[in-house]
Amino acid sequence: MKRTLPIVIVIVAVTVLLMFVGLTSVGRSAGTVGINAGGALPGFSSDTSTPEKALTNFLLDIQKRNWGRAFSSTERTSDAINEQSFIQDWIGSSGGLRSFSALERFDTRPLHATDSEAQMRVRLHWATPVGPVEDVRDLRLKHTGDTWRVVWDETPRPNVPAQIVPVNYLRWDLVTGNGSDEWGSHNVDAPHVRIVSMNAVDSAEGVVIMGEVVNEDTVPAFVNVNAILLNASGGTIDDESSFDKILHVLLPKQVSPYRVDFPHISLNKVKNVRMDVKATLVPASSDPVIGVMNQKLETDAQGHTVLHGELLNESGETVNIPHVIASFYDNSGKVVWVSDGYVEKALLPQSTETFAVEIPQSLAGKVQNFHVVVNQYSLEKS
Amino acid sequence: MSSSTSTAWKSHKFILALALGLLSSFALAQDVALQVPPGFVAGNAATIGTSGSGSATFYLIGPATSIKRNIELGKEISLVAKDLQAAGRYVAVVCSSSCSSQAFFVAPGKPVDLSFIVHPSRAPVAENEAISGVALTFDEFRNLVLTPSTVQFQWSTKGTNPMSHSSQTREGIAWFRTSSGKTAGPLQISAAIGNDVNTRRVVQQVASIPCNLRIKGQRTAKGILVETEPIRDCSGNPVPDGTVVTFTAKGGDQTSSVDAPVKQDVARATILANGPVTISAASGVAMGNELRLGAKE
Repeated sequence: MKRTLPIVIVIVAVTVLLMFVGLTSVGRSAGTVGINAGGALPGFSSDTSTPEKALTNFLLDIQKRNWGRAFSSTERTSDAINEQSFIQDWIGSSGGLRSFSALERFDTRPLHATDSEAQMRVRLHWATPVGPVEDVRDLRLKHTGDTWRVVWDETPRPNVPAQIVPVNYLRWDLVTGNGSDEWGSHNVDAPHVRIVSMNAVDSAEGVVIMGEVVNEDTVPAFVNVNAILLNASGGTIDDESSFDKILHVLLPKQVSPYRVDFPHISLNKVKNVRMDVKATLVPASSDPVIGVMNQKLETDAQGHTVLHGELLNESGETVNIPHVIASFYDNSGKVVWVSDGYVEKALLPQSTETFAVEIPQSLAGKVQNFHVVVNQYSLEKS
Repeated sequence: MSSSTSTAWKSHKFILALALGLLSSFALAQDVALQVPPGFVAGNAATIGTSGSGSATFYLIGPATSIKRNIELGKEISLVAKDLQAAGRYVAVVCSSSCSSQAFFVAPGKPVDLSFIVHPSRAPVAENEAISGVALTFDEFRNLVLTPSTVQFQWSTKGTNPMSHSSQTREGIAWFRTSSGKTAGPLQISAAIGNDVNTRRVVQQVASIPCNLRIKGQRTAKGILVETEPIRDCSGNPVPDGTVVTFTAKGGDQTSSVDAPVKQDVARATILANGPVTISAASGVAMGNELRLGAKE
């Protein structure tokens, strides 16, 4: 008994010490020098003595959805910002992609700092139903007294005013005959869809087959493009489909970019590419019409070439998850790249939402023109 | 003589006995003769003559028939119409002490039915050889009639005189090919044999690609309201509602675009742009004119 008592005391002391360290530590210590990283094992520190610690604490609260604490730790620039709008900015609303996302981790990097102010770049890694999405934000922090506080100046989304938007666009329904009908009397052909361009390039990830496809028919078509890579002996190397990198429902005379990725395959092994476009009749609607406004190729703060723009929902239906697909052309009109990206916020009726899609740096100089189409996922339709 | 030599001798004896047995049964089989008359037609009753005497078992195996019946040799075997409905090769077999068989063919009856398939179900107007139709002739028991018969194809649109084309079937099949008309609308196509058999199909003739796509636009409080003139194909048919027209406005280094569907012959969209812009329109592979608008005052 006398021999075990000191051991018990040591174990208790070490446990208390470890608990204390755990509760006062901030984030994960691993990571690149100069970059703080947030993780799934947060501490409970309220240490805001440096911009990095203050921002990390703020993002950990966001990650844990500790909204009250996160909101109270911010410096607001406008009275219009309330906790509700702050929460909505982080968790999304109206069934947007953000509503189904979780902040998996984050990296912070100081950009600029003085005694009173600091500028930090945050790279937020979201887990979403359409795969990981990375969001980069530049946040400002202010030194007030002994603490640093995140300046929250995000303007709350304006509420869509109550209104009546007449919707009288065309809708196509599909009527199938019953089985007892005479053979050959009720045949309806599949829509006539054609691949109008195709280009195969070698990228860092592998072979990319891209181009454009047009619905030449007078009825809507559900379209999928498949590509088969063949080697010199005519054998199949791999086959893939365009998956979500295509506007699947094509209205009459509508043109969509497509892209088929073959990861880890080099183009010099490919002798031939066999393309196949499959089209089936589907019920469809012309509504909603989405305009793509103010598209502009720019270099962002990280030095990447991106196509920025705004989506304008010209109809009365909420588009929960807009998906932007852009084709980029060189000066001869050839498609040199196809890029896509999901917009995290829902596109409300008669409202705009910004988007950005990236193009590889090596192609940035070649791009002379671009064409953007918008895929739309609406919860009411799914 | 060794035991292996003895076994080989026994097996040779067995094979010899089997061959003799088969030869004798073949000789017996020649005793029962089947007399199958020519010219069997599907759905018609027929008789098959037999020779010999005594009782026997009759088998009939056809494309969709198998019959077993006890018969008296030397009498005719009656086959009712139902036994011979399917055209094709039949085998009649009579077995008493041995079996005798004979094959014969049943030909299809007169064509009284048509299967008619027309392709495509939608065809753009003014397209050469765009529409084709195939007719297959059948008798009343759905046997493909292989003997040549004349099929009369006829097609017409509303308000036009019908056009017709006669075609002889080859191996039971007749076909035609024609160009689509210049007017959008349903094209009624029929295939007929004589006056009694007539099958009708409909092909929708639809507008072809837009022709002379022209746009006009004006600045409004919300932006630039741009719309097309009524869109028609080169034959003057209005393009169907829902056809997508892509409006693209370029001003400085910015571009805006809207995919707008045609509604009542016109596609319309609002584009947000303040500076001077050049607006163009395209529908599928057809391009329209360019429109230049100055900056917002």
